[in-house]
Amino acid sequence: MNWILSPFEINSNHRSRIGPKAYALSVLAQEGFKIPDTFFLTVDAYNVFVDSNGLRERILLELHRKKFKDMRWEEIWDCATRIRNIFLKKQIPEPLNSYLSEKISSCFSDKTLAVRSSAPDEDASGSSFAGLHESFVNVRGTASILDHIRRVWASLWSDAALLYRQEIGLDVEKSAMAVVLQETVGGNRSGVVFSQNPNDETQMIIEAVYGLNQGLVDGRIEPDRWVLDRDKKTVLSHKPAQREHWMIPSEHGVEMAPLPGDVSARPPLSNREVLGIVEFANRSERLFKAPQDVEWTIKNDMLYILQSRPITTLSPGQTQDKRAWYLSLHRSVENLKALRATIEETLIPEMKKTAKELSEQDMMVLSDGELADEVRRRHKINQHWVNTYWEEFIPYAHGIRLFGQYYNDAVRPEDPYEFMNLLTQTKMASLERNQLMEDMALMILKDPHLAECLKNGEPLDPDSEFGKKVNQFVEKFGDLSCAVTGGTECATDTRPLFRLLLEMAANPTSLASRKRPNGARASQQKFLECFQGPKRKQAEELLDLARSSYRLRDDDNIYLGKIEAQLLRAVKEAKSRVEHFKHQGSGKTEIDDLKSAIRDLDDGTSNRKASLLKNTNGIRVNPRQLIGQPAGPGLSKGTARVVRQHLDLQDFKHSEILVCDAVDPNTTFVIPLAAGVVERRGGMLIHGAIIAREYGLPCVTGIPDATSLIHTGDEISVDGFLGIVTILKRYKM
Amino acid sequence: MAHDREIKDQIRELFITQNLAVLSTHFSGQPYASLVAFVGKSDLKKIFFVTSRTTRKFENLSADPRVAILINSSSNLESDFHEAVSVTALGMSKEIHGAEKNEVLNQYLAKHPYLESFATSPTCAVVGVNITTYVMVMNFQQVMELHMDQ
Repeated sequence: MNWILSPFEINSNHRSRIGPKAYALSVLAQEGFKIPDTFFLTVDAYNVFVDSNGLRERILLELHRKKFKDMRWEEIWDCATRIRNIFLKKQIPEPLNSYLSEKISSCFSDKTLAVRSSAPDEDASGSSFAGLHESFVNVRGTASILDHIRRVWASLWSDAALLYRQEIGLDVEKSAMAVVLQETVGGNRSGVVFSQNPNDETQMIIEAVYGLNQGLVDGRIEPDRWVLDRDKKTVLSHKPAQREHWMIPSEHGVEMAPLPGDVSARPPLSNREVLGIVEFANRSERLFKAPQDVEWTIKNDMLYILQSRPITTLSPGQTQDKRAWYLSLHRSVENLKALRATIEETLIPEMKKTAKELSEQDMMVLSDGELADEVRRRHKINQHWVNTYWEEFIPYAHGIRLFGQYYNDAVRPEDPYEFMNLLTQTKMASLERNQLMEDMALMILKDPHLAECLKNGEPLDPDSEFGKKVNQFVEKFGDLSCAVTGGTECATDTRPLFRLLLEMAANPTSLASRKRPNGARASQQKFLECFQGPKRKQAEELLDLARSSYRLRDDDNIYLGKIEAQLLRAVKEAKSRVEHFKHQGSGKTEIDDLKSAIRDLDDGTSNRKASLLKNTNGIRVNPRQLIGQPAGPGLSKGTARVVRQHLDLQDFKHSEILVCDAVDPNTTFVIPLAAGVVERRGGMLIHGAIIAREYGLPCVTGIPDATSLIHTGDEISVDGFLGIVTILKRYKM
Repeated sequence: MAHDREIKDQIRELFITQNLAVLSTHFSGQPYASLVAFVGKSDLKKIFFVTSRTTRKFENLSADPRVAILINSSSNLESDFHEAVSVTALGMSKEIHGAEKNEVLNQYLAKHPYLESFATSPTCAVVGVNITTYVMVMNFQQVMELHMDQ
């Protein structure tokens, strides 16, 4: 079979075997447009690879692990990661492997290639798949090219593609991926042209940069931009860019480098060249009978077309949901580095400063009217930081994913989450809090008299060593009775901290339970040894970025909790005054203002309580074995402690299994006591999974209705390898 | 997550689409499995099958009426692993006589008309199983139990 075809062999019958991107290139080549040396790998090769490795059913098993509608964004990423890892681990079978090796060698000799996706489904769906699948540039050597072909095949099942799988008609049985193999043209100027402005049909747009066009396509390099009149073919405006960087070929791909000063002063295109691009964009539009989005590059004054596709825009239904936000989480290393600087140098210090300033303010001295204003001000401040959390902190968590992919590409581990070993054992605020708790529990363990006093609820001597330690702890992290860090006295019983410390002291094995560094150094060594020269430095930088991203994934919630605690402090004082007014009756107007401030807040604040699902029809359905996502390796059995609200945590006993809707770093102080973690939210990078890994606990996430299907007191097992929770014995009242 | 209605519908679907079930009995502790053509009641409370009184399964049932019955939708394809639904019914078996036997036989032969001479033979017994629990497996490893009120 001809698995590889030349553009000049293609006719319309081949379209479904090579995809529209490849087909368009063949039409351009046959019409005399200059394209780089190009060959197409048909979908038949993908099918041989998938069938010979038994991948169809493996993909189906992954996709049917649970109902798609029950999967969160993070679980979709996990699913795509596992599928991608399977593709990377499987070999291209013979005779396909030998055929491809020989063909690549004979067609391209030792040239570097672009390895691009070309999905035939794009034709059937009638929409553009831009950005859903992967393409790579400047790939050198047959082995590396074959490897990148597998990555392009795997990207048929990328998280972005899975997210839009209904719209794009993704189907394990029918969908396949063709690949465009194209000589890398080391153009010194590159860009895109829209033969029709998507927002104004009378205009055309050209964007151009120095160097290769990867920086332009992924948004890292700002282009010069020309807007032209389509009919008159005249320039309406030219907006120059800053022109600071360009993308250039490097040993293992492309890299962004500073643009030489003498070059940066000039636009990348002359007027004559702009008009030349206008001409070929119009030719391409006439050829395909539709406005085109064309990528081009110029080398030695020769203009090459890299690809041409019809201009499509997302339908309103595709842009109005949260998927667009999810897709925006895919950030480049440069983008994440900039985000890191903002978060570490500006946002975190600001959050700490805000929490401190708010904590220093005395509520008692404020009049009722001033207190009402203060409640509103704090609400606004809190809201600002909640928004910052979504806009800045969550995207930064993508650093962990980026590193995971980088690690898996380099190391090819059996476990696609092996990379997490390199991220744990990181200094995190929640771990510092838990360490302080362990220290206090140890003091109780060594002092039976102190233990007895705490059990009997006797007042604590604030000047004793233990009393001082408790005060330090409460000042920093609160008394654990509130759902936010730094809060105090949310519980009617004000001693939840002591109850937990007594429980820890009674079970010394819970002390120092955090997993000690185990093989992390060897894993790091194994990872770094995959790279030499400048690549090694890049890998070290990415690891550092991922560690920071991992740490902040937890810490940001702790800092956010501290600010929310200060809002709650003002609310608590306001509520107390409203209550007091009922008995006193003075200053009615100001009290009304205070009441209104609290009411506004109650309407606008998020509900942290987990929803309870009720089974009202009386049928006895019992879960036996529930499937979620494996999120922390290990197997444990124990009694379930279902936590539906924060106060449930104070009853947590040693060796129980924490079952909750969503673990929050403000609640993970019970983890040293736990034997396992089960969470409704799914994903490897959620807080429950992160803290469970730190303590080496089995963890299963993504169990829909976990807190209603499992009851406190049930005997359950948690299989963190397979992602299974089994209800071994129902608790009977 | 499959809830009660969904689980019951899945079981009814299996009653309609599947002709054969695996019946598990035992003799002195030695498990024994056999294939039976079955019919199930739409209220899910009973499953019926017909067997000759000389069979090993009938002998086992006579000694201990506790049984397990496995019904599943697999078709010996790879896709079974993610698509097939399987249910194990647990219950107590009892031979059916009199008017109920005729009623059950009508139902049974409506589903399995080719078994008429076998099912109506005087040497065959119509056996009913009162189901106490269904254990349903889907999505490869998701397991839910449905407990029947008797």
